[in-house]
Amino acid sequence: MTGRGDRREPALDGGSAGVLTALKDATLLALLTFGLSFPIVAFNTRQDLTQGLVLEARWDLVATACAVVFLARFVWTLFGPTFWRGGNAVVQRAASLVRATGISVDHVRWFGLAVLVTYPFLAVWVTGPGGAIKWIDNFGIQILIYVMLGWGLNIVVGLAGLLDLGYVAFYAVGAYSAALLSTTFGFSFWLCLPLAGIFAAFWGILLGFPVLRLRGDYLAIVTLAFGEIIRLVLINWVEVTGGAAGISSIPRPSFFGIPFDASPDGFAATFGLDFSPLHRLFFLFYLILAMALLTNWITVRLRRLPIGRAWEALREDEIACRSLGIDTVTTKLTAFSIGAMFGGFAGAFFAARLGFISPKSFEFMESAVILAIVVLGGMGSQIGVAIAAVVMIGGTEILRELGFLKAIFGPTFDPAQYRLILFGLGMVAMMVWRPRGLISKREPSISLGAHKAISGVHVKEGHG
Amino acid sequence: MDYFVQQLINGLTLGSVYGLIAIGYTMVYGIIGMINFAHGDVFMVSMFVALILLLLITSLFGGLAIALALIVVLVAAMVLTSLWSWTIERVAYRPLRGSFRLAPLISAIGMSIFLVNFVQLVQGPRNKAIPPIIDGGITLPMIDGNITLAYKQILIMGTTIVLLTAFWFLVQKTSLGRAQRACEQDRKMAALLGINVDRTVSITFVLGAALAAVAGVLYLVQYGVVSFADGFVPGIKAFTAAVLGGIGSLPGAVIGGLLIGLIEVMWSAYFSIDYKDVAAFSILAITLIFMPSGILGKPDVEKV
Repeated sequence: MTGRGDRREPALDGGSAGVLTALKDATLLALLTFGLSFPIVAFNTRQDLTQGLVLEARWDLVATACAVVFLARFVWTLFGPTFWRGGNAVVQRAASLVRATGISVDHVRWFGLAVLVTYPFLAVWVTGPGGAIKWIDNFGIQILIYVMLGWGLNIVVGLAGLLDLGYVAFYAVGAYSAALLSTTFGFSFWLCLPLAGIFAAFWGILLGFPVLRLRGDYLAIVTLAFGEIIRLVLINWVEVTGGAAGISSIPRPSFFGIPFDASPDGFAATFGLDFSPLHRLFFLFYLILAMALLTNWITVRLRRLPIGRAWEALREDEIACRSLGIDTVTTKLTAFSIGAMFGGFAGAFFAARLGFISPKSFEFMESAVILAIVVLGGMGSQIGVAIAAVVMIGGTEILRELGFLKAIFGPTFDPAQYRLILFGLGMVAMMVWRPRGLISKREPSISLGAHKAISGVHVKEGHG
Repeated sequence: MDYFVQQLINGLTLGSVYGLIAIGYTMVYGIIGMINFAHGDVFMVSMFVALILLLLITSLFGGLAIALALIVVLVAAMVLTSLWSWTIERVAYRPLRGSFRLAPLISAIGMSIFLVNFVQLVQGPRNKAIPPIIDGGITLPMIDGNITLAYKQILIMGTTIVLLTAFWFLVQKTSLGRAQRACEQDRKMAALLGINVDRTVSITFVLGAALAAVAGVLYLVQYGVVSFADGFVPGIKAFTAAVLGGIGSLPGAVIGGLLIGLIEVMWSAYFSIDYKDVAAFSILAITLIFMPSGILGKPDVEKV
């Protein structure tokens, strides 16, 4: 089976299906839509003046949904196969054109890096100083945090093959230890950052030690449970963590001791610049970029060391590893704690960036999103993880910006409401389309003789 | 003593709801080896379906006896929720059959995100509360005080016992159940022997969703509040219950559910209500460390 074989080809029955079949098909699907939407869309529950619930019928909405599904299915059954073939031909033509230009993954990597390094300047150049804040903060920094978390989790899931559903716990440990150290002891960001990583790694060892004997899904559920335990403790241990209100006024990172403010000792005054909030954002952007690239660099180096080879061997076959004398528990534990450490670094950055943290930021959904980034990127592929983070986080952020759709769908239409719905459906669609992730081929870390790209199908995953 | 017995009853009531949801997790895991993350949200959808149907019936036929209304709601919610689960399996999981192991998990997480936000969009983000459906209870004298057995608790435990018996009969005695168990043991062999595996998997999802819908109706009767976010925590606890009982084992799921319900209630009664979920998850972790395949699970056989 190859990567292509994972995809389901539509029925190739030579041309279009009959109109009658299409009608029948579309009617059935419209009926299904009606059945799904019958109570839950057809009636809105609204509180009346006496606080009781009353029902509001919305049959027009159901009728529209059924009609849209009917038409879409009808058209698709009639013209879908033709369209599909046409689309495939276009894709193949484009692929051959790309191959002809001689662009390789290496080029993409360097091009991406160049874009990243110049990104804040590009943003300022294109949108002006006022508009650039959003593009650097919401897009640039936000995406890079997820790239870093994705690369950190990639060590655990992609390289060592341990399915971790509670990665956000270490992110939370990092963020809370950095926040508590800086607010109670007045430690600077540069001291908090390594300490947060150490604490997170320590928790990784503490949690990992008893549970790493478990296999596959049992490990997954225990890590999930640990993630929830940490979040619940953060909510309930009010004296230390501030409970659901979180910790605020965490000191912002300084430029090696020089604060980013308008004071005479500030960054702008020291370097003779006019004060601008962009300075801090530029600094934060390059800081997280450096941290993410460091994560990547360490991971790539580790993969060539005996420990990295042991991780990948462990992922492929645990029994063979044990018979060759690899200490599986220690090997798993190193992967778990190194992954946790990078999560802790990212957490410390997160706390310092916003100056405020609360348990809301460390819910299970975050773990799920990070795991989705790793799997969508193609397990174990560094560049794939980065692309997946850009697509998923950037894509959902873009949906906030589609204000012009109001002109089409009326003033009550709010695209932000559909953000997460589309996010969820996008995850399903990506998996159905490419179950092996975006980059499903990669170079083996070590090989005998010539380097050959291996298909992701040959890479095992998460059997614990 | 009376306090303890009272908490025991409360714990068993909550536990039977968890047990009903846990069966859906454990069956799906048993047959296709995937964690169906969207199951908790299917349970949440069933609560909304039940809530709306209940309001619809009481507004259309105001005087209808509450028992009759509940039965209608129960059956309708089971059917409509099964339809949701069937569609989800068809759209999000079936194309991934035979794909690598994490793909259906991610797909299920995506489905779960979709369901939560879809319900939030169509029904709004507020909590929906209804007045208590069933009031009152029986007061039983104990040695040192009284305990109250609320009618709704009797209803919940009674319904659970009846439906679990019916379900057990379905799995053990009918050809459908036999096909289901055969697929669980060896899908390829079952297919060779003429069992329609895809259909059997669909039926597994439908059965799991039907039991989750029962749990949804009972949860609504017990608490009377529904919100779009209510699927996650009961879902996680039910999955915990399934793992605790030994994933893949049906009696294990029920035992696990009862245990989780009891732990949660006892912890809130005697220690701290804030940390009840921490207690449930910690006991899960401890159990798994000492009994890695759960209470009734079969230990993993290592094949070389």
